[in-house]
Amino acid sequence: MTAATPVISCKNVWKLFGANPEQYLKSLTGNPGFDEIRQAGYIAAVRDVSLEIAKGEMLVIMGLSGSGKSTFVRCLSRLIDITGGEVRVEGQNIGDMSEKELIDLRRNKMGMVFQSFGLLPHRTVLDNVAFPLEMRGQDRHERRARALEVIELVGLSGREDYFPRELSGGQQQRVGIARSLAIEPDIWFLDEPFSALDPLIRREMQDEFLRLQEMLGKTIVFITHDFDEALRLADRIAIMKDGVVEQCATPDQIVLNPATEYVAKFTEEIEKSRVVHAGVLAREVNGHSLTGTPIGEKQTISELARLLVNDSRDFLPVANTAGSLIGAMSRQEALDVLLGEAS
Amino acid sequence: MTDQTMTLAEKNHSWTRAKTGWAIFAAACLLAIGNSVLPAGLVRPPEWLVLPFADWINAIFAFLRDDLGLLYLTRAFADGVEWLLDVTANLLYGKNRWPRIGPIPWTVIASIGFVIGYALQGWRLSLLTGGTFVWIAVMGQWKWAMETLSVIVVAAPFSILFGLVMGICAWRSKTFERILNPILNIAQSLPHFAYMIPVVVFIGVGPKAGAIVTIIFSVPPMIRMSLLGLRKVPHEVIESGHMCGSTRWQLLRHVRIPTARTEILVGVNQVIMQCLAMVVLASFIGMPGLGQKLLQLLQALKIGRSVEIGITIVLLAVMLDRCTKAWATKQPEHFEKGTSFAVRNKFLLLGAGLSLACLVLAQFIPLMDQIGRRDAFTISKPIDAVADWFIVLIDPITQWLRWFLITWVLIPIRDAFLWMPYAAVLALLAAAGWAIGGLRSALVCLAFFGLIAMSGWWDRAMITVYTVVVAVSIAAVIGFPLGIWGSFHEKRAALALLICDTLQTFPSFIYLIPVVMLFGVNDVAVIGAVVLFAAVPLVRYTIEGLRQVPETLIEAADMSGATRSQTLWKVRLPMALPTIMVGVNQSVMFSLFMVIIAAFIGTQDLGQEMQRALSSTDVGKGLVLGLAVAFMGLMVDHLVTTWAKTKKEALGLE
Repeated sequence: MTAATPVISCKNVWKLFGANPEQYLKSLTGNPGFDEIRQAGYIAAVRDVSLEIAKGEMLVIMGLSGSGKSTFVRCLSRLIDITGGEVRVEGQNIGDMSEKELIDLRRNKMGMVFQSFGLLPHRTVLDNVAFPLEMRGQDRHERRARALEVIELVGLSGREDYFPRELSGGQQQRVGIARSLAIEPDIWFLDEPFSALDPLIRREMQDEFLRLQEMLGKTIVFITHDFDEALRLADRIAIMKDGVVEQCATPDQIVLNPATEYVAKFTEEIEKSRVVHAGVLAREVNGHSLTGTPIGEKQTISELARLLVNDSRDFLPVANTAGSLIGAMSRQEALDVLLGEAS
Repeated sequence: MTDQTMTLAEKNHSWTRAKTGWAIFAAACLLAIGNSVLPAGLVRPPEWLVLPFADWINAIFAFLRDDLGLLYLTRAFADGVEWLLDVTANLLYGKNRWPRIGPIPWTVIASIGFVIGYALQGWRLSLLTGGTFVWIAVMGQWKWAMETLSVIVVAAPFSILFGLVMGICAWRSKTFERILNPILNIAQSLPHFAYMIPVVVFIGVGPKAGAIVTIIFSVPPMIRMSLLGLRKVPHEVIESGHMCGSTRWQLLRHVRIPTARTEILVGVNQVIMQCLAMVVLASFIGMPGLGQKLLQLLQALKIGRSVEIGITIVLLAVMLDRCTKAWATKQPEHFEKGTSFAVRNKFLLLGAGLSLACLVLAQFIPLMDQIGRRDAFTISKPIDAVADWFIVLIDPITQWLRWFLITWVLIPIRDAFLWMPYAAVLALLAAAGWAIGGLRSALVCLAFFGLIAMSGWWDRAMITVYTVVVAVSIAAVIGFPLGIWGSFHEKRAALALLICDTLQTFPSFIYLIPVVMLFGVNDVAVIGAVVLFAAVPLVRYTIEGLRQVPETLIEAADMSGATRSQTLWKVRLPMALPTIMVGVNQSVMFSLFMVIIAAFIGTQDLGQEMQRALSSTDVGKGLVLGLAVAFMGLMVDHLVTTWAKTKKEALGLE
């Protein structure tokens, strides 16, 4: 496996529910719509999805309920067997794996966090977190040491002996997160981890999550129905509807160029300047004369608002984090993002 | 197809259904009116229709027993059970068998009872558990009670283990479940006696037969609850188990079974309650203990003493029920860090300490070891006095009631049931079936009662049916208003539910004590016992159904200006009806069981024949009679559940 190999790659993944889905899928020609498939007595949860997820990338899959996003993430971990296509994890087709290989993969490479936590009610926080270690047969002391480490990481120290029902929702999800991290997985699946929480707690957990990710740098597939959450967390967003990925791109690109009407409906109400970064608007220099201090590519347009309004330059130099110049940003274009296009 | 046309089509459908039902009903009426001119083959099942089921069953059993050598297997199993029974018998009441260290002093058992009750729920339960043992010892019933308990201690674990394994198998394999389900349905509606006869054939009589019949009888609810619990484990919990890399076995052992804990423990509760009910009844096949004493005392009409035994049985039942329920609902709690060993295990230490203290004291104070009959208290004299006074006081009423019921209600209704041609009864049931569930239900009703007709016990069966119909009707007249009245206030409802729950834990045998006391040994006493037993579920489910009506609906009715009675009749009762029907269903089941048990105080129905089959160990006859009773129950169950299901769908409750 080379560095360029994606950690997860899906090719034409289908998941149909119904009486005899494999046979039905074979009989399909062209690309039938969701309703057409339903007429035939099948529910299309995932339709012909092809995606690649690079190492260390955070892919957020966004969709409303029934869009197939939760089914899709379960196809990636083979909690559900797919009907057609293939899913490769680190180059290996997981559809071909034996039960034992699959268990090994999950014991060493994958972690998952669930919407309603999926904690074992009869086990303490410590035993819940140590559960995956126990499953792979680590000895008691190692288990305990590692579990305490992750519990501290998610900020639950002192609660090791509590039972799940004695904790608040936010705390329970911290246990879920700690459990999924206990085996030090390379791939981290999160299925609407914060949807069951209050808005304030959700915000706090998102911050916490970003802090963890900065520290750990895992490859992440994050499911959500909340577009704001997706914009806040994602490296790339895949927007799903009726089992199909409508668009898969960076938040900036989605906000600037929504691919379909459906995607546009989500982006309409979004304040673009908070999402779009200077780096995205940077064009080739093309002989413009650039003067003055450059702006950082990671800065959002809304952070640059004051500068954009007061500055008199037509083009502003943009530099990457190392300080070298990567291009020029048109001030007018940036102002359009900030204030909306002049009508 | 749009939704509207769907509902229209549905309506049309049920309209024709009802019409067909009425048409068949008219035919049934015609058959009944034309009774005197009907050919004999339609009035009573003709001889060629009656099949010798009993002989066939006997042949099968003979084959199993002699040719297949099943007898050796069952006897071997029975010997194993007997060995265990001897151990518990030695420990609990000092039977002279290995390990010959018993009996454990009663104070030790009572103090363990106190501690267990306290550990499970607190001092109230502690008083109940400990107090029960103290009562038993003080009243001089220790030996009998321990004879009863020693069987439960052996039988319950067998049933629990067996039920859990079967439940897991049924959960794993759909085919197995499909085979098991009808068997469980029949098993749960077979009257107690039907179980005893084959056991007598294969095992004999006495404690081991009692233990084995108890095991068999108490398994079905455990299977049901294990299956339910395993099904109910949340999807995400299982997925999280998968993602933690559990193998199938690890998933079952560490994820599914522990998460299904509550349902499985409810199953344990039901097993223990069934065990107690059966152990008491097993006195009919020579099982010593409380049941046998009660049977003897009741037959000798010694009211005071039988009330004493009755109280003991009731206390045991309530205690076992409360303890297992407390165990089922008990949630784990953590100890703060640095809690010492002594605090973390305080109940264990307390129990051990108390037992040890009692054990030592018992060596010096004989009364703490055992209380003989001579030292025991008795309250039978005052009870007898009060009972006599009370009976004399209300004698005019009971005499009149007995005369009125027998002459004007029971005998005419019974004669009417016996007068009905069997063809008319079958048509009537088919009509009801068709009106409720269409052709399928009509066929189900016909099949069940057709088989009863073919068994050759038609007249006896009709007497059973008449008893149940009369009893359930009287129970409904008492139970519904009581339930409605009980549901009006939250506190009253809670109290009524508590009383009903407690009454439901009593073994059915207990209900015979007061009626025998009041009416003596006759038809009225039987009806009285059945009414008592059948009214409890009616009250319970009426209250539950009415309390479950969503608050918003009642508020909506209030804001529409409905009076209390309008709300009751137009909103609460229609919404509660499906739940109430569950009560009716249970009520019918309970009465069938009770009618059969009541046989020993004198009836002329299937129960009496079953007693005869039991005393002559006629397996074929016994099972045919048992199945006839089961079929009645299953038919009612089918009709009620079908009806409740359509109704619930219509109300959008499911």
